[in-house]
Amino acid sequence: MNAPVPTPIERAEKLQGLGSSRKRVEDARFTQGKGRYVDDMKMPGMLYGDFVRSPYGHARIKSINAEAAKALPGVIAVLTAADLKPLGLHYMPTLAGDVQAVLAEEKVLYQNQEVAFVVADDRYVAADAVELVEVEYEELPALVDPFKAMDADAPVLREDLAGKTTGAHGPRNHHNHIFTWTVGDKDGTHAALDAAEVVAEELITYQRVHPCPLETCGCVASMDKINGKLTVWGTFQAPHAVRTVASLISGIPEHNIRIVSPDIGGGFGNKVGVYPGYICAIVASIVTGKPVKWVEDRIENLSTTAFARDYHMRGRIGATKDGRITALDCHVLADHGAFDACADPTKYPAGFFSICTGSYDIPVAHLVVDGVYTNKAPGGVAYRCSFRVTEASYFIERMIDVLARKLDMDPAELRLKNFIGKEQFPYTSALGWEYDSGDYQTAMTKAMDTVGYAALRAEQAENRAAFARGETRSLMGIGVAFFTEIVGAGPVKNCDILGLGMFDSCEIRIHPTGSAIARLGTISQGQGHATTFAQILATEIGIPASMITVEEGDTDTAPYGLGTYGSRSTPVAGAATAMAGRKIRAKAQMIAAWLLEVHEDDLEWEVDRFVVKGAPERSKTMTEIAFASYNQAIPGLEPGLEAVSYYDPPNMTYPFGAYVCVLDIDVDTGVSTVRRFYALDDCGTRINPMIIEGQVHGGLTEALAIAMGQEITYDEIGNVKGATLMDFFLPTAVETPAWETDFTVTPSPHHPIGAKGVGESPNVGGVSAFSNAVNDAFAHLGLTHTPMPHDHWRVWQTAERLGLTG
Amino acid sequence: MGKMHVKLTVNGRAVEALAEPRTLLIHFLRENLELTGPHIGCETSHCGACTVDLDGKSVKSCTLFVAQANGADIVTIEGIAHADGTLHALQEAFRQHHGLQCGFCTPGMITRAWRLLQENPNPTEEEVRYGISGNLCRCTGYQNIVKAVLAAAHELSAVKEAAE
Repeated sequence: MNAPVPTPIERAEKLQGLGSSRKRVEDARFTQGKGRYVDDMKMPGMLYGDFVRSPYGHARIKSINAEAAKALPGVIAVLTAADLKPLGLHYMPTLAGDVQAVLAEEKVLYQNQEVAFVVADDRYVAADAVELVEVEYEELPALVDPFKAMDADAPVLREDLAGKTTGAHGPRNHHNHIFTWTVGDKDGTHAALDAAEVVAEELITYQRVHPCPLETCGCVASMDKINGKLTVWGTFQAPHAVRTVASLISGIPEHNIRIVSPDIGGGFGNKVGVYPGYICAIVASIVTGKPVKWVEDRIENLSTTAFARDYHMRGRIGATKDGRITALDCHVLADHGAFDACADPTKYPAGFFSICTGSYDIPVAHLVVDGVYTNKAPGGVAYRCSFRVTEASYFIERMIDVLARKLDMDPAELRLKNFIGKEQFPYTSALGWEYDSGDYQTAMTKAMDTVGYAALRAEQAENRAAFARGETRSLMGIGVAFFTEIVGAGPVKNCDILGLGMFDSCEIRIHPTGSAIARLGTISQGQGHATTFAQILATEIGIPASMITVEEGDTDTAPYGLGTYGSRSTPVAGAATAMAGRKIRAKAQMIAAWLLEVHEDDLEWEVDRFVVKGAPERSKTMTEIAFASYNQAIPGLEPGLEAVSYYDPPNMTYPFGAYVCVLDIDVDTGVSTVRRFYALDDCGTRINPMIIEGQVHGGLTEALAIAMGQEITYDEIGNVKGATLMDFFLPTAVETPAWETDFTVTPSPHHPIGAKGVGESPNVGGVSAFSNAVNDAFAHLGLTHTPMPHDHWRVWQTAERLGLTG
Repeated sequence: MGKMHVKLTVNGRAVEALAEPRTLLIHFLRENLELTGPHIGCETSHCGACTVDLDGKSVKSCTLFVAQANGADIVTIEGIAHADGTLHALQEAFRQHHGLQCGFCTPGMITRAWRLLQENPNPTEEEVRYGISGNLCRCTGYQNIVKAVLAAAHELSAVKEAAE
């Protein structure tokens, strides 16, 4: 008796394709300490670079004396702006159309700004030499309050922009003004607000924070003078873009530059931009002829690499008495620090903030964003949130709660009343985005049923009564957040980074014996692409995921892509992967037809093989087809089996979610204890549920940190505070609660496999859920809004102001 | 600066070298011995990415001079797997339960968990969370790390019982 032929279902399971919680291929090296991160690299003759940095927030540089440093044994060179200027490299272009100083020339504009770059043969000697460089400064008054940036008597920051009344994003009307960006219907919105039965107004601030990945930024630059080729290994979330930019600013043609992103220890947006350290390491390598390593320390990372957020958002929301929203107006003051180094598509100086109408069917809206310079670190970037999406989502989710207070309506009920209906998709928002798909009612109802929302509110009512009677000193807060994200940048016609269209790519080659290698234009920093993209292909081409190698990050071999950030890998490169897989399958079908001596149309695809319609015993597996492609002379077909796809997405994707946070606040200490956190995410088709859950856990933990304690502030003379891990709140396993995850599936209609991306959703939704919960705890006592971070001290102060303590 | 003569055992091997008095143990391990498993994530001894095992205790190697480790018996992540190359239960469990993403905290985390389970072979979830509170992770939110450590504890107890 023959062995039973595996059924299609059994064969599909073996593939570990879409939907499988496949274990990760990356784990083998990471659990054994065999990862290869930038600082692990050691090359013969390698030198070390380190920076001399400004102690002042704003000062003129009077002189730089590097003689003592240069005389120290082991020091090879000390670079200053004077060395970079003849190469035109003392300033570099930012991703936002501004320029940023690589080494300060006449002024320093933020504390710890780079002033000189020491190169030595040993990292300890480099550190010694940094101390020996003498810089004389003349201190200037610092500007740290963005609300004062455009005062008539505000200090002048950017002397390099003197006289420039036009910036990259339009006219500049003050020396500290960067841009003003507006969208929507101003007159219609103001008229609707004037006529509204109820209007709620609030200033919602999203404080300055930092992505703080566990690995800091760094690179090893190596100029091979003999072959004329520059290679840079570094912490780059967008290696191809870095190559093109490096070519444009250095004059070295692109075919002679190789950028490699090795293993990266977390990105979260911190590693998208180009930093002075990269430029200085490259120049030092060219000058010395040796490889030069630069790796920053944590203080440098937190105080000089791109911060996130720092948005002051004034909102006005109008509604009918019974809670139907009629209009939304938002005016944002965006603090960009000393240089606008925002990582945004060029047409969007405020990113996708115009998603701020959120999940709600708001008929008319208007948005103005004013960007200003201050004496702070440059930026900002998307800290796990797509481009300004978490700011926008936090804004609308707080405004909904503020409106709910004013209407004396339950915040969940107000949301349900105003959701975009399932039948309204694809939905064009008042600020111009076409949302692809959504079923908000189902997700919200599932969330509320699962947490027992009505019972929670009943419990809260009892708690409030008990508190009033003096029986408890704990106030219960229930935070609801329903976010709609906009990710997957993006269509080339309106999304580009420095002119590079935001498509992405996948190239696949099948080997004669049936395994394969795929290369992508993205780069994982922990998201598990080597595991998950193989799963997409396994389902498309019927080769087990375990037989598909996925590589990223080497610009010499990977097809051009715009990298990984903004949850774009699955929507864009994932689509390219599916499309390339389909090209493979199309050719495979022709080969199978020839092998089986039938017409292509007589074949159907079944999991891992083509089967003759009506004669299922006649089939060819992908393995057989692969060998045939190298072995058979097929008329009309080239040998081999490979394909490439460059995918220009027709639209962004719009993942969404319903989060509920329950916490208890001790009013005498200000301590909030998270009792329960429930997160329902809809990211469309779910490629690997295990990895999705891990992404949600991680994003929620970052959201906890942001909402409950993280911030970077500056004092009045420009000293940065919170730039070490002594002060910058990163939760440990003790502070982090247990996370409950759930899901619904509403595929994206325009994506080849219906997937939307999920990596950033939890940071977006989480922050709102936590902040709404804290605000909710005090809402019955008259609190409309208290800003983040909700650390113990601030929460205690809120309780004190409401007369609850003492 | 004159160098000092240091002798220590690392992952079962005798090591002898000259090092400056101010050389940190983490740099000695990573650069002199090319054991790049332990990582550097901060300079204020908060993050724990540099965690190694020294004479039976978890220590942050960024906050020790190699001179202070003279004569010590050190284990890094590279010494956690069994002598025959098979993975330790913790390494297997981290993979089974998705206890890592970018991998940067993982060597320190596993090395700490390895010592934790020797100090406390049957910890509660709370004890695990306190036990690894010196190791920061930015990717996982800790939930799957805790799951992995508890699973490894269970597995190690089962193996021990079977052997007895």
